[in-house]
Amino acid sequence: MSAPAAPRSAIAGVMPMILKRIGVALLTLLLVSAVVFTISGLLPGDAAQETLGQSATPEQVAALRHEMGLDRPAATRYVEWLSDIVQGDPGRSLVANMPVKEVIAGRLPNSLMLAGITALVSVPLALLIGITAAINRGGLLDRGLSLMTLSLVAVPEFLIATLAVLVFSVTLLWLPSIALVSSDATWSQTLRSTALPVLTLTISVMAQMARMTRAAVADQLDRPYVEMAHLKGVPFRRIVLYHVMPNAIGPMINAIALSLSHLLGGAIIVETIFNFPGLASLMVNAVTSRDMPLLQACAMIFCTAYLLLMLVADVVAILANPRLRAQ
Amino acid sequence: MSADWPFTRRGLLGTGIASAGMLALPGGKSDALAVPKRGGSIRVAMAASSTNDAIDPAKGAIATDYMRHFCLYSGLTRMETDLKVKLDLAERLESADRITWHIALRKGVQFHDGAELTSADVVHSLRRHDDPKIGSKVAGIAEQFAEVRPDGRYGVVLRLTGANADIPALLSQAHFLIVREGEAKPTGNGTGPYRLADFKPSVRTVVTRNPNYYVPGKPYLERIEIIAIPDEVSRVNALLAGDVHAAIAISPLSTRRIEPRPGYSVMTTGSGLFTDLVMQLDRLPTGNPDFVKAIQYAIDRPLIKRALYRGYATIANDHPIPPSHRYFNPDIPQRTLDLDRARWHVRRSGLTGVRLPVYCSTAAPGSVDMASVLQEYASRVGLELAINRMPADGYYATHWMKHPMTFGNTSPRPTADMLFTQFFRSDASWNESKWNNPRFDQLLIEARGEADESRRKELYGEMQRLIHDHCGLAIPVFINMLDAHDSRLKGMTALPFGGMMGYRFAEYAWWDA
Repeated sequence: MSAPAAPRSAIAGVMPMILKRIGVALLTLLLVSAVVFTISGLLPGDAAQETLGQSATPEQVAALRHEMGLDRPAATRYVEWLSDIVQGDPGRSLVANMPVKEVIAGRLPNSLMLAGITALVSVPLALLIGITAAINRGGLLDRGLSLMTLSLVAVPEFLIATLAVLVFSVTLLWLPSIALVSSDATWSQTLRSTALPVLTLTISVMAQMARMTRAAVADQLDRPYVEMAHLKGVPFRRIVLYHVMPNAIGPMINAIALSLSHLLGGAIIVETIFNFPGLASLMVNAVTSRDMPLLQACAMIFCTAYLLLMLVADVVAILANPRLRAQ
Repeated sequence: MSADWPFTRRGLLGTGIASAGMLALPGGKSDALAVPKRGGSIRVAMAASSTNDAIDPAKGAIATDYMRHFCLYSGLTRMETDLKVKLDLAERLESADRITWHIALRKGVQFHDGAELTSADVVHSLRRHDDPKIGSKVAGIAEQFAEVRPDGRYGVVLRLTGANADIPALLSQAHFLIVREGEAKPTGNGTGPYRLADFKPSVRTVVTRNPNYYVPGKPYLERIEIIAIPDEVSRVNALLAGDVHAAIAISPLSTRRIEPRPGYSVMTTGSGLFTDLVMQLDRLPTGNPDFVKAIQYAIDRPLIKRALYRGYATIANDHPIPPSHRYFNPDIPQRTLDLDRARWHVRRSGLTGVRLPVYCSTAAPGSVDMASVLQEYASRVGLELAINRMPADGYYATHWMKHPMTFGNTSPRPTADMLFTQFFRSDASWNESKWNNPRFDQLLIEARGEADESRRKELYGEMQRLIHDHCGLAIPVFINMLDAHDSRLKGMTALPFGGMMGYRFAEYAWWDA
């Protein structure tokens, strides 16, 4: 096998697929934005009403509605928003009265940091647990790990988070119970205050990934080529790393991508319990205040992240497995 | 009104020795053992914040806003710990006819940017409420300001559209705090006890001590960080973990977690806060007076106080003035659970066996449980209530006052006049039960301009009786507000206008470390 030639042809091989997927992704984003816009339009009340609160007179609401441009037809507003976003401008937040970009810029780094740290912790851990369980199939270690991962899958996030706070914050006083993320905090402070959110998220996403890894690896271990390699005298470690892994990586990376996409938008419970200033709670805030541009921007980010992760998963799976490339 | 009224027996037992000492010495002053010390940096957990957080006092909507505003700005008057209105930025506030008010400003007061407070700032601050672009929350109240004009560098004349003896109390409100003239939008540059260090809507507000504050020696704390933890359990956890030093609005259930721990205090604030069942009188069947009476007699108020609020409540009498209020009328007989009487009213109304929907929501705290209690008793007197539990989001816009029977929630107002004007005048937009009582409306105007306190009390007393007898509201209890704080935070006394000393603890509290 000629090493230098292979990657180039591999990437060239997936290029058309990537382009096609990007096209589909853009179409998906368009549809999602239309759906989000329509559904949020069905909610009772609008940003003008929510901002002024109960005490507003009808004239005040009408004046503010005009100021926000909410008195124009929904279709006009949607088309306007669409033409702006195509040019890269997500508009102004109706409620915070500043550009959506700025509002998001304050939250996105936090969410990415939380997701990033959690991924760094949970992915290696999940792979380790999954592979260990698979190669010890049927053994005591496998059964122990399976029991653990299955029970963790079953425990809801809010329970894990609450128990973690009760144990580590309230009783032991080791870690802060709320995530105080701010620009003037040092790295060690930030790490300390994100410790419990990361722990909670890790537990909830890791179990899923570990289960899928175990299933994928176990499936491959049953294949005839593994037995063949055994008979040829290939060491077991080498069989797992060089023969089994490239074949198992497809389903594994898919499970990982699915779990990681949950970290950005699905962290709402963790963000609520730990008061973490992330994107998911911002989106919930946008819904309750009927802040359409902000809501749309959040939806677009979550959708893009999801599509991107899926794309990366597919590309990695194809690159890792020459047989998929040939198809 | 005695100084110790906000403390229930339970609250007292819970707050421990530290605050019991304070109780004996109101305000925590003039005691060698409890001389306020300067210094300390604390973090306070509020219950809500959003991208809508306001730095403009006119736009304050929630407790978090009011607390931020009371840190940064000062008002012409203030409500003091003895529940009387005191002068703040105003040196004198006088009126002969209660229509034209003459305000003389304190001299030498500085804004945070160093500029001196003058009449121009006050005129600007009072006038801006009628600008619809600002979206002031008190535009309706400010409509009575017919004219605001400067009278020299330190004098302001405020002329009203009608007599109002409550102007001093009104001006102590967070919305009427004084901002600097010449700024396009308020930026936090006020004359208040703290300066703005950081403000990120929906994340945090940080304020630091204003060394030039015009009250000598005050404030005591060096730095306050205000954050919001919407989840109540998380808020209590943060307090117990030492991450915050005070937590506002804790639930009665959480007192069981806080009270046994040394080093933490629960502060009970008796208040006029209530959750009420609204029966609209302009439609049937709720418009039938016998129906309203039947419901009012089918409410087990002590049970609601005990089961829903663990005793942290005061029994109410179907009118909105709490017993602690200076205008409370003690001569109205207390309505109690009387199923025979309720049954008699149901029979007279001819509604036996009719199925009626009741709308409740967590947006009106306690209403879901109240509805269940009521359903149980109503079924015993022949009324069948169908409980509809609605989502909190949008409840007030889509359900409250839109069906014959809904639950509402009313927070205390600074004056009886404001409460009656906003919620009980026949043409008020929040006239929840749509009652129409010309005598009440007439008394409201009369009491507003009345300078004689005892006559005023008489008028307000009659108005309470009218509401009690004829209005379509069932008000079971007044709900106590509960806050919890680290016991090292001293100088905390209950003020019945809101949690955390009516949201203005920052000026009084000190850290005893």
